[in-house]
Amino acid sequence: MRRLTPYLLALPGWMWLAIFLVVPLAAMASVSLQTGNVIDGFVMTFSVSNYGDAIGGYSTQLVRSLVYGACATVAMLVIGYPVAYWIAFKGGSRKSVYLFLLLLPFFVSFVLRTISWGFLLADDGVLLGTLKSWGLLPAGFHVLATAFAVVAGLTYNWLPFMILPIYVALERVDPRVVEAAQDLYATRGAAFRKVVLPLSLPGVFAGVLMTFVPATADPVNAQVLGGTGNTMIGNIIQTEYLVNNDYPTASALSFTLMAVLLVGIFAYARVLGTENVLEAAAR
Amino acid sequence: MDRLHTPALVRGMTQPRTRRDAFRLAGLSAAGLALAACGVQGQKAAPPKPDAVKDFWAKQKKNGKVVFANWPEYMPEDHGPLKKFQQETGISYEYKEDINENAEFFGKADPVLRAGQSLGYDIVVMTNGIQLQHMIELGYAVALDQSRMPNFQANAGAKYKERSYDPGNVYTMPYASGVTGIAYNTKYVKDELTSIEALFDAKYEGRVGMMADAQEIGNFGMIALGVDPEKSTEDDWKRAGEKLKAQREAGIVRKYYDQNYIDAVSRGDVWLTMAWSGDVFQRQLAGEPVKFYVPEEGGTIWTDNMLIPKNAANPVDAMTLMDYFYKPEIAAELDEFIQFVTPVPAVQDLLRKKAETASGEDKQALLDMADSPLMFPTEADYAKLRNYTKLTTAQEQVFNPIFQSITQA
Repeated sequence: MRRLTPYLLALPGWMWLAIFLVVPLAAMASVSLQTGNVIDGFVMTFSVSNYGDAIGGYSTQLVRSLVYGACATVAMLVIGYPVAYWIAFKGGSRKSVYLFLLLLPFFVSFVLRTISWGFLLADDGVLLGTLKSWGLLPAGFHVLATAFAVVAGLTYNWLPFMILPIYVALERVDPRVVEAAQDLYATRGAAFRKVVLPLSLPGVFAGVLMTFVPATADPVNAQVLGGTGNTMIGNIIQTEYLVNNDYPTASALSFTLMAVLLVGIFAYARVLGTENVLEAAAR
Repeated sequence: MDRLHTPALVRGMTQPRTRRDAFRLAGLSAAGLALAACGVQGQKAAPPKPDAVKDFWAKQKKNGKVVFANWPEYMPEDHGPLKKFQQETGISYEYKEDINENAEFFGKADPVLRAGQSLGYDIVVMTNGIQLQHMIELGYAVALDQSRMPNFQANAGAKYKERSYDPGNVYTMPYASGVTGIAYNTKYVKDELTSIEALFDAKYEGRVGMMADAQEIGNFGMIALGVDPEKSTEDDWKRAGEKLKAQREAGIVRKYYDQNYIDAVSRGDVWLTMAWSGDVFQRQLAGEPVKFYVPEEGGTIWTDNMLIPKNAANPVDAMTLMDYFYKPEIAAELDEFIQFVTPVPAVQDLLRKKAETASGEDKQALLDMADSPLMFPTEADYAKLRNYTKLTTAQEQVFNPIFQSITQA
């Protein structure tokens, strides 16, 4: 009995995974190979060509999503790392206040926040309108309906998911380690490069994972902030599923996206050398 | 906080799974596959037999509540008509602005209704078009009790009792009609626009909004080519697609919009856009510099219809409310706010009468409404307005990609 206990304890977790992950995934895999239409129903025909058609038809949007997702992730890293660093090392006793402020906007719905950006960045709105009236920007200048707006929206919406893991990693760095480095004649830059940065890499790794995946798959920012050539793969999946009721194509696209992301993540883990990262963290 | 640390996550993701794990996962997947392999059943429903409809309604009784799902800005903010309904009938109401798009709504409703569950609404409102057709074909709309619509029979206009998409008013009752035309912001566009060609004018490069909906944008492409959408052929769709593609590639279109086009044009992000009549009038009343016109080449007219979705909990109360909207004074109160075309012609006189007792701005506003060809179109106005293309499921699979490849490039 005692030997079974850990398994019994794990049972709810396994059930949860089975019911909410494995079964839907299997159902989706099955639907992705069916043919039919919403009125007559869909039947299993093992038509692998669904994948070819879906990828062939929407490769532009797929590649574009990966590019936008990557750009947003890099932007989040560039903005997020200094923020996390500052809170972890200079935050002092008010660390939790800063973290709370960071999360505060996220108590409002994601879609509403994105729509509000639409108002903020309107061509003659609070920001651009003012700059234009001061003559700092040409009258035709606009931010909305551009790729920049979409990437900026993605960056804004997932920034905390980049900052928090990095913060957690940096927070665990013992300040005495840095002092020791400096005692051994490391410059401040060298101490950061050789000590702090490697120790924070697990946080960076997790942050990138937690932001790149949802940013690539997101349909909302492209729809609200984008223009004519900014459709992302999430929008296509949404249209195929909700508008065209073409469940097989939607499923095939979802699986393709998932596969591409998984391959990307594993490649990334290899390149960054997870083993080294983990060893650095364990030390 | 410390347990948030990430190496465990990373390790879990990157360690190779053992064979045993893989087999376990495979077992679970097989169970899932067994569940899913039967496919998604088709549910094409035969038209209901009169006896079955009678039996259904004979079993229903008044429950004293009704849940009404509608589009945004489609009911006075004080819920006046609904409150009166509650006082007069003792039926309490729940009003939800849950419908933003026909396709999206159908996409969400389909799996629920397919599984034999209830949407939680007793009345929903859908535009005549592909999705409404699907609702009826799939048996998702309850056949109405023809004996419970006295106000409708007495007061609805002839056009609204004979609709090609629901002959005999078997499943639906019109809520309001509207016109798809063009809206422009008078702060930026100083000319008086009259033609559909304005949407294709290089002068407005990057300042034109088009609708993302395949039917709406397809219709306008066809009207610009001088084709009546209702009589269009596959060849017309392709030519319309070419025209709209050229419009996009010339950089004229800023964005393909859903409902949010109205914000974009009233704040000047776009200067002119495809638009729905009533939306623009509401913004005008709010003092925003927007103007609406039906292109001389033609616009489209559509009707939003109330229906009772399958498995609704309170069908009798739903029928009572649907019919209640056909009382002329209620229809007038509603239309004064929403400013679309009402299915009750008597409203025009009621608005005029109300104008006699009003004064100043209110009086003018009421008179303007009563005289507006977009709220009370004459026969000549109707002649300029085209109906949607009627598509079979097979045609839809040709039609949609032509226009979606433009709006979602």
